[in-house]
Amino acid sequence: MADGLLVVRPGALTTVQDRGRPGYAHLGVPRSGALDTAAYALANRLVGNAPDAAALETTLDGVGLRALAATTVAVTGAPCPVRISGRPVAWGAPVRLPAGAELEVGRAESGVRGYVAVRGGLAAPPVLGSRSTDLLSGLGPPVLSAGMLLPAGPPGPDPVPGADACGLPGPPSRLVLPLRLGPRADWFTEASLTGLWRSEFCVSAMSNRIGLRTEAGTPLVRARAGELPSEGMVLGAVQVPPDGLPVVFLADHPVTGGYPVVGVVPPGPALDAAAQARPGIPVRFARSR
Amino acid sequence: MRTLVVGGGALLIELDSADEVAALHAELLRRRDAGELGPVRDLVPAARTVLLDGVRDPAALGARIARWEVPPLAPTQGPQVTVPVRYDGPDLVEVARLWGVAPREVPGIVGATVFRVAFCGFAPGFGYLTGLPERFHVPRRGTPRTAVPAGSLALAGEYAGVYPRSSPGGWQLIGSTDAVLWDPDREPAALFAPGVRVRFTQEDGRG
Repeated sequence: MADGLLVVRPGALTTVQDRGRPGYAHLGVPRSGALDTAAYALANRLVGNAPDAAALETTLDGVGLRALAATTVAVTGAPCPVRISGRPVAWGAPVRLPAGAELEVGRAESGVRGYVAVRGGLAAPPVLGSRSTDLLSGLGPPVLSAGMLLPAGPPGPDPVPGADACGLPGPPSRLVLPLRLGPRADWFTEASLTGLWRSEFCVSAMSNRIGLRTEAGTPLVRARAGELPSEGMVLGAVQVPPDGLPVVFLADHPVTGGYPVVGVVPPGPALDAAAQARPGIPVRFARSR
Repeated sequence: MRTLVVGGGALLIELDSADEVAALHAELLRRRDAGELGPVRDLVPAARTVLLDGVRDPAALGARIARWEVPPLAPTQGPQVTVPVRYDGPDLVEVARLWGVAPREVPGIVGATVFRVAFCGFAPGFGYLTGLPERFHVPRRGTPRTAVPAGSLALAGEYAGVYPRSSPGGWQLIGSTDAVLWDPDREPAALFAPGVRVRFTQEDGRG
Protein backbone atom coordinates (compact mmCIF):
# COMPACT_ATOMS: atom_id res chain seq x y z
CA MET A 1 0.00 0.00 0.00
CA ALA A 2 1.32 3.45 -0.92
CA ASP A 3 2.17 5.97 1.79
CA GLY A 4 -0.31 8.76 2.12
CA LEU A 5 -3.89 9.58 2.89
CA LEU A 6 -7.19 9.21 1.10
CA VAL A 7 -9.69 12.06 1.45
CA VAL A 8 -12.94 10.68 2.89
CA ARG A 9 -14.55 14.00 3.85
CA PRO A 10 -12.92 17.10 2.32
CA GLY A 11 -14.48 19.64 4.70
CA ALA A 12 -15.70 23.13 3.81
CA LEU A 13 -12.36 24.31 2.41
CA THR A 14 -9.25 22.24 2.94
CA THR A 15 -6.03 23.11 1.12
CA VAL A 16 -2.41 22.02 1.07
CA GLN A 17 -0.17 24.72 2.54
CA ASP A 18 3.46 25.31 3.36
CA ARG A 19 5.41 28.53 3.79
CA GLY A 20 4.20 29.76 0.38
CA ARG A 21 6.05 31.19 -2.60
CA PRO A 22 7.33 34.65 -1.70
CA GLY A 23 9.69 36.27 -4.21
CA TYR A 24 7.51 35.96 -7.32
CA ALA A 25 5.22 38.97 -6.83
CA HIS A 26 6.82 40.69 -9.85
CA LEU A 27 5.43 37.89 -12.05
CA GLY A 28 1.93 38.30 -10.61
CA VAL A 29 2.23 35.33 -8.23
CA PRO A 30 0.75 35.75 -4.73
CA ARG A 31 2.77 34.65 -1.72
CA SER A 32 0.18 32.19 -0.39
CA GLY A 33 1.14 29.74 2.42
CA ALA A 34 -0.39 28.74 5.77
CA LEU A 35 -2.40 31.59 7.33
CA ASP A 36 -1.73 30.74 10.99
CA THR A 37 2.03 30.37 10.68
CA ALA A 38 2.64 29.39 14.32
CA ALA A 39 0.00 26.62 14.33
CA TYR A 40 1.35 25.29 11.02
CA ALA A 41 4.92 25.27 12.36
CA LEU A 42 3.84 23.46 15.55
CA ALA A 43 1.97 20.77 13.58
CA ASN A 44 5.12 19.98 11.60
CA ARG A 45 7.32 20.02 14.71
CA LEU A 46 4.98 17.58 16.49
CA VAL A 47 5.47 14.94 13.79
CA GLY A 48 9.21 15.54 13.34
CA ASN A 49 8.89 17.26 9.95
CA ALA A 50 11.07 19.96 8.44
CA PRO A 51 9.61 23.40 9.19
CA ASP A 52 8.56 23.90 5.55
CA ALA A 53 6.81 20.54 5.03
CA ALA A 54 3.40 20.74 3.39
CA ALA A 55 0.38 20.18 5.67
CA LEU A 56 -3.38 20.56 5.39
CA GLU A 57 -5.19 23.74 6.34
CA THR A 58 -8.85 23.15 7.22
CA THR A 59 -11.63 25.71 7.56
CA LEU A 60 -14.18 25.50 10.40
CA ASP A 61 -15.38 21.91 9.96
CA GLY A 62 -12.18 19.86 9.73
CA VAL A 63 -11.51 16.95 7.41
CA GLY A 64 -11.80 13.15 7.25
CA LEU A 65 -8.84 11.06 6.00
CA ARG A 66 -8.00 7.38 5.69
CA ALA A 67 -4.39 6.25 6.16
CA LEU A 68 -2.99 4.12 3.32
CA ALA A 69 -0.04 3.15 5.52
CA ALA A 70 0.69 3.54 9.21
CA THR A 71 1.93 7.01 10.03
CA THR A 72 1.93 9.76 12.64
CA VAL A 73 -0.24 12.85 12.43
CA ALA A 74 -0.85 15.98 14.53
CA VAL A 75 -3.73 18.45 14.51
CA THR A 76 -3.20 22.06 15.65
CA GLY A 77 -4.74 25.48 15.05
CA ALA A 78 -8.42 25.82 15.87
CA PRO A 79 -9.19 23.46 18.81
CA CYS A 80 -11.44 20.59 17.73
CA PRO A 81 -12.26 16.96 18.55
CA VAL A 82 -9.92 14.44 16.88
CA ARG A 83 -10.85 10.77 16.46
CA ILE A 84 -9.07 7.80 14.99
CA SER A 85 -11.53 5.16 13.79
CA GLY A 86 -14.09 6.62 16.18
CA ARG A 87 -11.81 6.71 19.23
CA PRO A 88 -11.01 10.17 20.71
CA VAL A 89 -7.30 11.01 20.57
CA ALA A 90 -5.19 14.02 21.55
CA TRP A 91 -5.42 17.37 19.78
CA GLY A 92 -2.14 19.32 19.59
CA ALA A 93 0.01 16.19 20.01
CA PRO A 94 1.45 13.53 17.73
CA VAL A 95 -0.87 10.52 17.36
CA ARG A 96 -0.27 7.18 15.67
CA LEU A 97 -2.54 6.49 12.70
CA PRO A 98 -2.58 2.76 11.80
CA ALA A 99 -2.86 1.61 8.18
CA GLY A 100 -6.49 1.67 7.06
CA ALA A 101 -7.61 3.75 10.04
CA GLU A 102 -9.72 6.85 9.61
CA LEU A 103 -8.68 10.19 11.04
CA GLU A 104 -11.65 12.45 11.75
CA VAL A 105 -10.78 16.07 12.44
CA GLY A 106 -13.99 17.55 13.79
CA ARG A 107 -15.65 20.95 13.72
CA ALA A 108 -13.62 23.76 15.30
CA GLU A 109 -14.80 24.62 18.83
CA SER A 110 -13.31 28.07 18.44
CA GLY A 111 -11.15 29.69 15.79
CA VAL A 112 -11.34 28.94 12.09
CA ARG A 113 -8.30 27.15 10.66
CA GLY A 114 -6.90 23.78 11.64
CA TYR A 115 -3.59 22.25 10.55
CA VAL A 116 -3.07 18.55 9.96
CA ALA A 117 0.55 17.51 9.57
CA VAL A 118 1.48 14.00 8.50
CA ARG A 119 4.94 12.57 9.16
CA GLY A 120 7.04 13.05 6.01
CA GLY A 121 4.90 15.94 4.80
CA LEU A 122 2.48 15.95 1.88
CA ALA A 123 4.28 15.25 -1.38
CA ALA A 124 2.20 17.26 -3.87
CA PRO A 125 4.37 18.49 -6.77
CA PRO A 126 5.90 21.86 -5.93
CA VAL A 127 5.16 24.89 -8.13
CA LEU A 128 7.83 27.62 -7.98
CA GLY A 129 9.30 25.96 -4.92
CA SER A 130 6.07 25.65 -2.93
CA ARG A 131 3.30 23.10 -2.45
CA SER A 132 0.79 25.73 -1.33
CA THR A 133 -2.63 25.97 -2.91
CA ASP A 134 -3.09 29.53 -4.13
CA LEU A 135 -6.81 30.21 -4.35
CA LEU A 136 -6.44 33.58 -6.07
CA SER A 137 -4.41 32.47 -9.07
CA GLY A 138 -5.01 28.72 -9.03
CA LEU A 139 -1.41 27.56 -8.55
CA GLY A 140 -0.49 24.49 -6.52
CA PRO A 141 -2.56 21.43 -5.60
CA PRO A 142 -6.35 21.60 -5.99
CA VAL A 143 -8.67 22.16 -3.04
CA LEU A 144 -9.38 18.80 -1.37
CA SER A 145 -12.26 16.72 -2.71
CA ALA A 146 -13.58 13.31 -1.69
CA GLY A 147 -11.55 10.43 -3.10
CA MET A 148 -8.41 12.48 -3.64
CA LEU A 149 -5.12 10.77 -2.80
CA LEU A 150 -2.60 12.77 -0.77
CA PRO A 151 0.83 11.11 -1.07
CA ALA A 152 3.19 11.56 1.88
CA GLY A 153 6.92 12.04 1.58
CA PRO A 154 9.58 9.96 3.31
CA PRO A 155 9.97 10.77 7.02
CA GLY A 156 12.98 12.96 7.77
CA PRO A 157 15.68 12.19 10.34
CA ASP A 158 13.96 14.14 13.13
CA PRO A 159 12.20 11.97 15.71
CA VAL A 160 8.59 12.49 16.69
CA PRO A 161 9.00 14.39 19.95
CA GLY A 162 6.19 12.62 21.81
CA ALA A 163 4.27 14.79 24.24
CA ASP A 164 5.05 18.44 23.61
CA ALA A 165 3.90 21.61 25.31
CA CYS A 166 1.33 23.38 23.21
CA GLY A 167 2.35 26.99 23.69
CA LEU A 168 -0.11 28.56 21.34
CA PRO A 169 -2.51 31.35 22.25
CA GLY A 170 -6.09 30.17 21.86
CA PRO A 171 -8.19 31.61 19.06
CA PRO A 172 -9.13 35.20 19.84
CA SER A 173 -12.54 36.28 21.12
CA ARG A 174 -11.58 39.80 20.04
CA LEU A 175 -8.83 41.07 17.77
CA VAL A 176 -6.51 43.97 18.43
CA LEU A 177 -4.32 44.47 15.39
CA PRO A 178 -1.23 46.67 15.65
CA LEU A 179 -1.22 49.02 12.66
CA ARG A 180 1.68 51.06 11.38
CA LEU A 181 0.33 53.94 9.30
CA GLY A 182 1.33 54.35 5.66
CA PRO A 183 1.97 54.38 2.78
CA ARG A 184 -1.37 56.03 1.91
CA ALA A 185 -2.65 57.27 5.28
CA ASP A 186 -2.65 60.77 3.78
CA TRP A 187 -5.55 59.70 1.54
CA PHE A 188 -7.78 59.84 4.63
CA THR A 189 -8.96 62.76 6.75
CA GLU A 190 -7.12 63.47 10.03
CA ALA A 191 -10.41 63.13 11.89
CA SER A 192 -11.16 59.70 10.49
CA LEU A 193 -7.60 58.51 11.23
CA THR A 194 -8.02 59.64 14.84
CA GLY A 195 -11.38 57.88 14.88
CA LEU A 196 -9.80 54.69 13.54
CA TRP A 197 -8.12 53.98 16.91
CA ARG A 198 -11.48 54.24 18.67
CA SER A 199 -13.63 52.47 16.13
CA GLU A 200 -14.71 48.89 16.73
CA PHE A 201 -15.23 46.86 13.58
CA CYS A 202 -16.50 43.28 13.24
CA VAL A 203 -14.96 40.45 11.28
CA SER A 204 -17.10 40.04 8.17
CA ALA A 205 -18.34 36.67 6.93
CA MET A 206 -16.85 37.69 3.55
CA SER A 207 -13.35 37.09 4.99
CA ASN A 208 -11.22 34.46 3.28
CA ARG A 209 -7.59 33.53 2.60
CA ILE A 210 -7.22 36.70 0.52
CA GLY A 211 -8.24 39.09 3.25
CA LEU A 212 -9.91 39.66 6.59
CA ARG A 213 -12.82 41.95 5.77
CA THR A 214 -14.42 44.16 8.37
CA GLU A 215 -17.88 45.59 8.83
CA ALA A 216 -19.94 47.62 11.27
CA GLY A 217 -17.22 50.07 12.33
CA THR A 218 -16.95 53.76 11.53
CA PRO A 219 -15.82 53.95 7.90
CA LEU A 220 -12.64 55.84 7.07
CA VAL A 221 -13.26 59.03 5.10
CA ARG A 222 -11.18 59.97 2.08
CA ALA A 223 -9.36 63.28 2.16
CA ARG A 224 -8.86 63.19 -1.59
CA ALA A 225 -10.91 62.06 -4.53
CA GLY A 226 -9.69 60.17 -7.54
CA GLU A 227 -8.16 56.82 -8.22
CA LEU A 228 -4.84 55.44 -7.09
CA PRO A 229 -2.95 53.67 -9.89
CA SER A 230 -2.44 50.01 -8.88
CA GLU A 231 0.64 49.51 -6.73
CA GLY A 232 2.46 46.62 -5.06
CA MET A 233 0.86 45.18 -1.91
CA VAL A 234 2.51 43.54 1.10
CA LEU A 235 1.25 40.87 3.50
CA GLY A 236 -0.71 42.60 6.27
CA ALA A 237 -1.51 45.68 4.19
CA VAL A 238 -4.79 47.25 5.28
CA GLN A 239 -6.55 48.35 2.12
CA VAL A 240 -9.52 50.66 2.30
CA PRO A 241 -12.08 50.33 -0.52
CA PRO A 242 -14.56 53.16 -1.24
CA ASP A 243 -16.94 51.94 1.51
CA GLY A 244 -14.28 52.95 4.07
CA LEU A 245 -14.15 49.52 5.78
CA PRO A 246 -10.61 48.12 6.18
CA VAL A 247 -9.52 44.84 4.55
CA VAL A 248 -6.43 43.18 6.06
CA PHE A 249 -4.50 41.33 3.35
CA LEU A 250 -3.69 37.70 4.20
CA ALA A 251 -1.49 35.17 2.36
CA ASP A 252 -3.47 34.87 -0.90
CA HIS A 253 -3.64 38.66 -1.36
CA PRO A 254 -3.22 40.05 -4.89
CA VAL A 255 0.29 41.29 -5.66
CA THR A 256 -0.99 44.72 -6.68
CA GLY A 257 -4.06 46.68 -5.71
CA GLY A 258 -5.69 49.99 -6.53
CA TYR A 259 -7.21 51.02 -3.20
CA PRO A 260 -5.14 53.10 -0.76
CA VAL A 261 -3.36 51.25 2.05
CA VAL A 262 -3.90 53.13 5.31
CA GLY A 263 -1.33 51.02 7.18
CA VAL A 264 0.27 47.62 7.65
CA VAL A 265 -0.28 44.96 10.33
CA PRO A 266 3.07 43.26 10.99
CA PRO A 267 3.21 39.58 10.00
CA GLY A 268 3.48 37.18 12.95
CA PRO A 269 1.20 36.75 15.97
CA ALA A 270 -1.26 39.50 14.92
CA LEU A 271 -1.90 38.01 11.48
CA ASP A 272 -1.97 34.48 12.96
CA ALA A 273 -4.75 35.68 15.25
CA ALA A 274 -6.53 37.31 12.29
CA ALA A 275 -6.50 33.92 10.54
CA GLN A 276 -8.42 32.44 13.48
CA ALA A 277 -10.95 35.26 13.92
CA ARG A 278 -14.52 34.18 13.31
CA PRO A 279 -17.13 36.36 11.62
CA GLY A 280 -18.76 38.70 14.12
CA ILE A 281 -15.90 39.02 16.59
CA PRO A 282 -14.81 42.62 17.33
CA VAL A 283 -11.68 44.07 15.69
CA ARG A 284 -9.79 47.18 16.72
CA PHE A 285 -6.63 48.72 15.36
CA ALA A 286 -3.91 49.91 17.75
CA ARG A 287 -1.41 52.47 16.54
CA SER A 288 2.08 51.05 16.19
CA ARG A 289 5.34 52.66 15.06
CA MET B 1 10.67 60.59 -6.73
CA ARG B 2 8.85 60.08 -3.42
CA THR B 3 9.73 57.27 -1.02
CA LEU B 4 7.09 55.86 1.33
CA VAL B 5 7.71 53.37 4.13
CA VAL B 6 5.30 50.37 4.07
CA GLY B 7 5.14 48.60 7.44
CA GLY B 8 8.38 47.37 9.00
CA GLY B 9 9.94 45.73 5.95
CA ALA B 10 8.93 47.40 2.69
CA LEU B 11 9.43 50.58 0.74
CA LEU B 12 7.24 52.11 -1.97
CA ILE B 13 8.85 54.47 -4.45
CA GLU B 14 6.46 56.74 -6.32
CA LEU B 15 7.38 58.25 -9.68
CA ASP B 16 5.78 60.58 -12.20
CA SER B 17 5.54 58.35 -15.27
CA ALA B 18 5.66 54.79 -16.53
CA ASP B 19 9.01 55.62 -18.20
CA GLU B 20 10.49 56.68 -14.87
CA VAL B 21 9.20 53.45 -13.28
CA ALA B 22 10.86 51.40 -16.04
CA ALA B 23 14.13 53.29 -15.62
CA LEU B 24 14.19 52.93 -11.83
CA HIS B 25 13.21 49.26 -12.05
CA ALA B 26 16.11 48.60 -14.45
CA GLU B 27 18.49 50.49 -12.15
CA LEU B 28 17.26 48.52 -9.11
CA LEU B 29 17.82 45.23 -10.96
CA ARG B 30 21.27 46.36 -12.08
CA ARG B 31 22.30 47.35 -8.56
CA ARG B 32 20.78 44.22 -7.03
CA ASP B 33 22.67 41.99 -9.47
CA ALA B 34 25.86 43.96 -8.72
CA GLY B 35 25.31 43.35 -4.99
CA GLU B 36 24.88 47.06 -4.27
CA LEU B 37 21.25 47.03 -3.17
CA GLY B 38 21.28 44.77 -0.13
CA PRO B 39 18.74 42.02 0.55
CA VAL B 40 15.32 42.45 -1.04
CA ARG B 41 12.80 39.61 -1.43
CA ASP B 42 10.37 41.17 -3.89
CA LEU B 43 10.85 43.99 -6.37
CA VAL B 44 7.44 44.85 -7.78
CA PRO B 45 7.01 47.54 -10.43
CA ALA B 46 3.48 48.86 -10.98
CA ALA B 47 1.85 51.73 -12.89
CA ARG B 48 3.59 54.62 -11.08
CA THR B 49 5.49 52.86 -8.29
CA VAL B 50 8.11 50.27 -7.47
CA LEU B 51 7.67 48.26 -4.26
CA LEU B 52 10.68 46.77 -2.49
CA ASP B 53 9.46 44.12 -0.03
CA GLY B 54 11.57 42.17 2.45
CA VAL B 55 14.14 44.90 3.11
CA ARG B 56 15.87 45.52 6.42
CA ASP B 57 15.60 49.27 7.03
CA PRO B 58 13.05 50.78 4.62
CA ALA B 59 13.59 54.39 5.73
CA ALA B 60 17.38 54.22 5.34
CA LEU B 61 17.08 52.46 1.97
CA GLY B 62 14.58 55.07 0.80
CA ALA B 63 16.94 57.90 1.75
CA ARG B 64 19.73 56.16 -0.17
CA ILE B 65 17.65 55.57 -3.32
CA ALA B 66 16.39 59.17 -3.29
CA ARG B 67 19.98 60.29 -3.88
CA TRP B 68 20.52 58.06 -6.93
CA GLU B 69 21.05 59.39 -10.41
CA VAL B 70 18.75 57.10 -12.44
CA PRO B 71 19.65 57.11 -16.14
CA PRO B 72 16.71 57.06 -18.56
CA LEU B 73 16.05 53.67 -20.09
CA ALA B 74 17.46 53.16 -23.60
CA PRO B 75 14.86 51.71 -26.01
CA THR B 76 17.23 48.84 -26.77
CA GLN B 77 17.81 47.94 -23.11
CA GLY B 78 16.43 44.67 -21.77
CA PRO B 79 15.73 41.21 -23.19
CA GLN B 80 13.39 40.98 -26.19
CA VAL B 81 10.84 38.35 -27.18
CA THR B 82 8.98 38.01 -30.46
CA VAL B 83 5.40 36.76 -30.33
CA PRO B 84 3.61 35.58 -33.50
CA VAL B 85 -0.02 36.69 -33.59
CA ARG B 86 -3.10 35.84 -35.68
CA TYR B 87 -5.22 38.97 -36.05
CA ASP B 88 -8.53 37.20 -35.54
CA GLY B 89 -9.88 38.90 -32.39
CA PRO B 90 -13.62 39.63 -32.08
CA ASP B 91 -12.89 43.32 -31.39
CA LEU B 92 -10.49 43.84 -34.30
CA VAL B 93 -13.04 45.72 -36.41
CA GLU B 94 -14.08 47.89 -33.46
CA VAL B 95 -10.44 48.75 -32.59
CA ALA B 96 -9.73 49.61 -36.25
CA ARG B 97 -12.80 51.87 -36.22
CA LEU B 98 -11.61 53.61 -33.03
CA TRP B 99 -8.17 54.08 -34.62
CA GLY B 100 -9.72 55.35 -37.87
CA VAL B 101 -7.95 52.73 -39.97
CA ALA B 102 -8.93 49.63 -41.94
CA PRO B 103 -8.78 46.34 -39.99
CA ARG B 104 -6.00 45.08 -42.30
CA GLU B 105 -3.80 47.99 -41.10
CA VAL B 106 -3.94 46.93 -37.43
CA PRO B 107 -1.17 44.29 -37.63
CA GLY B 108 1.24 46.84 -39.13
CA ILE B 109 0.58 49.37 -36.36
CA VAL B 110 0.97 46.78 -33.59
CA GLY B 111 4.00 45.25 -35.33
CA ALA B 112 5.75 48.63 -35.58
CA THR B 113 5.48 49.15 -31.82
CA VAL B 114 8.21 48.07 -29.43
CA PHE B 115 6.27 47.19 -26.29
CA ARG B 116 7.79 46.85 -22.85
CA VAL B 117 6.41 44.83 -19.92
CA ALA B 118 5.78 47.57 -17.37
CA PHE B 119 4.54 45.23 -14.66
CA CYS B 120 2.66 41.99 -14.03
CA GLY B 121 -0.56 41.36 -12.14
CA PHE B 122 -4.16 40.19 -12.57
CA ALA B 123 -2.95 36.60 -13.08
CA PRO B 124 0.46 34.88 -13.00
CA GLY B 125 2.24 35.76 -16.23
CA PHE B 126 -0.12 38.56 -17.27
CA GLY B 127 2.06 41.53 -18.28
CA TYR B 128 0.91 45.11 -18.73
CA LEU B 129 2.67 46.21 -21.92
CA THR B 130 3.33 49.90 -22.58
CA GLY B 131 4.58 51.51 -25.77
CA LEU B 132 1.50 51.93 -27.95
CA PRO B 133 1.34 55.61 -29.04
CA GLU B 134 -1.35 57.59 -27.25
CA ARG B 135 -3.54 58.00 -30.36
CA PHE B 136 -4.00 54.20 -30.36
CA HIS B 137 -5.17 53.95 -26.74
CA VAL B 138 -8.69 52.46 -26.62
CA PRO B 139 -11.26 52.19 -23.81
CA ARG B 140 -12.23 48.89 -22.20
CA ARG B 141 -15.33 47.17 -23.52
CA GLY B 142 -18.63 48.40 -22.10
CA THR B 143 -19.46 44.86 -21.02
CA PRO B 144 -16.63 42.57 -19.91
CA ARG B 145 -16.57 39.05 -21.34
CA THR B 146 -17.12 36.26 -18.83
CA ALA B 147 -14.44 34.15 -20.55
CA VAL B 148 -11.58 35.45 -22.67
CA PRO B 149 -9.71 32.60 -24.42
CA ALA B 150 -6.13 31.93 -23.35
CA GLY B 151 -3.60 33.55 -25.71
CA SER B 152 -5.83 36.52 -26.61
CA LEU B 153 -3.94 39.72 -27.51
CA ALA B 154 -5.89 42.58 -26.00
CA LEU B 155 -5.81 46.36 -25.60
CA ALA B 156 -7.12 48.71 -22.89
CA GLY B 157 -6.10 52.29 -22.14
CA GLU B 158 -2.35 52.72 -22.38
CA TYR B 159 -1.78 48.95 -22.14
CA ALA B 160 -1.63 45.86 -24.29
CA GLY B 161 -1.63 42.36 -22.83
CA VAL B 162 -1.95 38.67 -23.60
CA TYR B 163 -4.19 36.50 -21.39
CA PRO B 164 -2.04 33.59 -20.08
CA ARG B 165 -5.15 31.51 -19.38
CA SER B 166 -8.87 31.74 -19.91
CA SER B 167 -10.40 34.27 -17.54
CA PRO B 168 -13.03 37.01 -17.45
CA GLY B 169 -11.86 40.26 -19.01
CA GLY B 170 -12.95 43.61 -20.38
CA TRP B 171 -10.09 44.38 -22.74
CA GLN B 172 -10.56 44.67 -26.53
CA LEU B 173 -9.43 41.45 -28.22
CA ILE B 174 -7.58 41.95 -31.50
CA GLY B 175 -5.73 38.67 -31.99
CA SER B 176 -4.47 35.41 -30.58
CA THR B 177 -1.19 33.58 -30.11
CA ASP B 178 -0.02 30.06 -29.29
CA ALA B 179 2.97 31.43 -27.34
CA VAL B 180 3.18 29.98 -23.82
CA LEU B 181 2.90 33.02 -21.58
CA TRP B 182 3.17 31.15 -18.30
CA ASP B 183 4.93 27.88 -17.45
CA PRO B 184 5.96 27.37 -13.83
CA ASP B 185 8.47 24.72 -14.94
CA ARG B 186 10.28 27.22 -17.15
CA GLU B 187 12.87 29.77 -16.00
CA PRO B 188 11.60 32.44 -15.97
CA ALA B 189 8.05 31.14 -15.57
CA ALA B 190 6.58 34.27 -17.19
CA LEU B 191 7.46 35.02 -20.83
CA PHE B 192 6.48 38.63 -20.06
CA ALA B 193 8.55 39.52 -17.00
CA PRO B 194 8.89 43.21 -16.10
CA GLY B 195 11.43 44.99 -18.32
CA VAL B 196 11.13 42.52 -21.23
CA ARG B 197 10.63 44.14 -24.66
CA VAL B 198 7.96 42.54 -26.85
CA ARG B 199 7.46 42.57 -30.64
CA PHE B 200 4.30 41.11 -32.15
CA THR B 201 4.72 39.64 -35.63
CA GLN B 202 1.87 38.59 -37.90
CA GLU B 203 1.67 34.83 -38.12
CA ASP B 204 1.54 33.53 -41.69
CA GLY B 205 -1.70 31.97 -42.88
CA ARG B 206 -4.96 31.77 -41.00
CA GLY B 207 -3.86 28.85 -38.76
